[in-house]
Amino acid sequence: MMSTQPLQNTLDHWSRFTLRQRMMRYGGLALTLLLVGWALGSIDVIWEWVWDSPRQMGDLFGRMMPPDPSNLPSILEAIWQTVNIATLATMIAVVVSLPVAYISAQNTTPNRVALWIGRFILVSSRSVNTIIWALLFVAIFGPGIVAGIVAIMFRSIGFLGKLLGEAIEEIDHKPVEALEACGASRFKIVLYAIVPQVMPAFFAVAILRWDINLRESTVLGLVGAGGIGMILQGAIDTFNWPEVSMVLLTILALVVFGEVVSSYLRKKIL
Amino acid sequence: MRGRLALVRKTIMLKISKLTKRYGSGDPVLKELDLTVEGDQLTSVIGSSGAGKSTLLRCINRLVEPTSGSIDLNGTEFTTLNRRDLRAARRRIGMVFQGFNLIDRLTVMENVQSGRLGYISTWAALTRRYPRDDIRHAYELMERVGIAHYANKRADELSGGERQRVGVVRALMQRPEILLADEPTASLDPKTSEQIMSLLRDLASELKLPVIINIHNVTEAKEYSDRIVGMRYGRIIFDDLPAKLTTAEMDEIYAGVPAMDRAAVGAAAGAEA
Repeated sequence: MMSTQPLQNTLDHWSRFTLRQRMMRYGGLALTLLLVGWALGSIDVIWEWVWDSPRQMGDLFGRMMPPDPSNLPSILEAIWQTVNIATLATMIAVVVSLPVAYISAQNTTPNRVALWIGRFILVSSRSVNTIIWALLFVAIFGPGIVAGIVAIMFRSIGFLGKLLGEAIEEIDHKPVEALEACGASRFKIVLYAIVPQVMPAFFAVAILRWDINLRESTVLGLVGAGGIGMILQGAIDTFNWPEVSMVLLTILALVVFGEVVSSYLRKKIL
Repeated sequence: MRGRLALVRKTIMLKISKLTKRYGSGDPVLKELDLTVEGDQLTSVIGSSGAGKSTLLRCINRLVEPTSGSIDLNGTEFTTLNRRDLRAARRRIGMVFQGFNLIDRLTVMENVQSGRLGYISTWAALTRRYPRDDIRHAYELMERVGIAHYANKRADELSGGERQRVGVVRALMQRPEILLADEPTASLDPKTSEQIMSLLRDLASELKLPVIINIHNVTEAKEYSDRIVGMRYGRIIFDDLPAKLTTAEMDEIYAGVPAMDRAAVGAAAGAEA
């Protein structure tokens, strides 16, 4: 030992890392810098545009001011539609995600095949972005609110299923054992020992997802899947910047509203 | 035929013979163990940690699957039951746990009624519409152990001793033929612990119910039991009246691993972990 670490831990000398560890850390830092440099070099940045951006920003801001409220009634209607998309989609997704969570939790899954099916559903739902789901469903259902709801729902199943599945995996096994000893069936054990334990997580996750869905459904309209995004897209396409800023302000208000409602519900329920 | 058998064996309740439990490929935790419990006896099983007490109790209702041997409760051979029949048979064995194993977020009444889950319909369980007989029975038992006024409280609002009473009532709701208690007082303070022990003793004689208790506290075991079984390393090395448990016998029970088994200890410890 002493021969490989001379002076390392003698009585008047102490260092957190050995020489070898220190070299590894410097090496790691150098490698990271190298990667960042390489990444910057390989993307095609047009630097003139980057330097020009503050002026462009000021220009755009000037054109957006003041916001134009003349179209407010239809903006508010679209916002209401957006809220409905988010809420309906979250509700359906919550129901659908329950069995998925059940089969993809290690401790409740009936067998390995079900476990892998459950995990496949979770991964495929999560790995596809809402916008891409929306593009897909606009092609299937045509443009409009239905495509939006289904898209949000498909993305939410993975999120809800994964977090609920993890909540199921973290339950205390002792009540389960007690009910097994009583001769209760599998389903009744789920009902009495598992459901009460995951209830708080269930509500927390559902509220969180509703909050996220509210924000996600504001952009659905960009691909024709209903909601406020439709109006936003239209305004951008016609360079109607005062209306764009009005829509953005409304979205901001919606997000704040969602935040307030979800934190109220969280406090109320948990 | 089963009925006649039960009649003949009227007083003999639980008969365990040549019970062996082996985890993995290590040394067995239970070694061809024989034990018969009958009548309204309160039997305490003592022994150091790892002696196999908990495994023994859990093998009886097959929460732990026995490797070999026989477990016979009033003519029903437990070791050969299929899953469905095992569920039905488990209703006849009540169990009380060290950690109470209650469902914290449910009310005391729901916890108590969960002892009837093996009997009632799924719909009744889901909607909490319990049969009238069960509700009456629950109130009687809760009254008996002094928790009736907590029926609508959440289980996690109760103290340790009260929680264990809920655990006891849940087990008794099954109208069991035998009661197993796995260190029921180990999480309780000394005074509460004595209350629970005397409750279990009284219930055993009131309900003509044999009770098997795993217990670490030898003083309590001697005070409250009709019979003491001492386990050491998977075998029963003492089985007699509490008065017969001398210091010498105690030393023997708690002496650690016997010389004859010492070589195998490493392997068994590895398997158990």
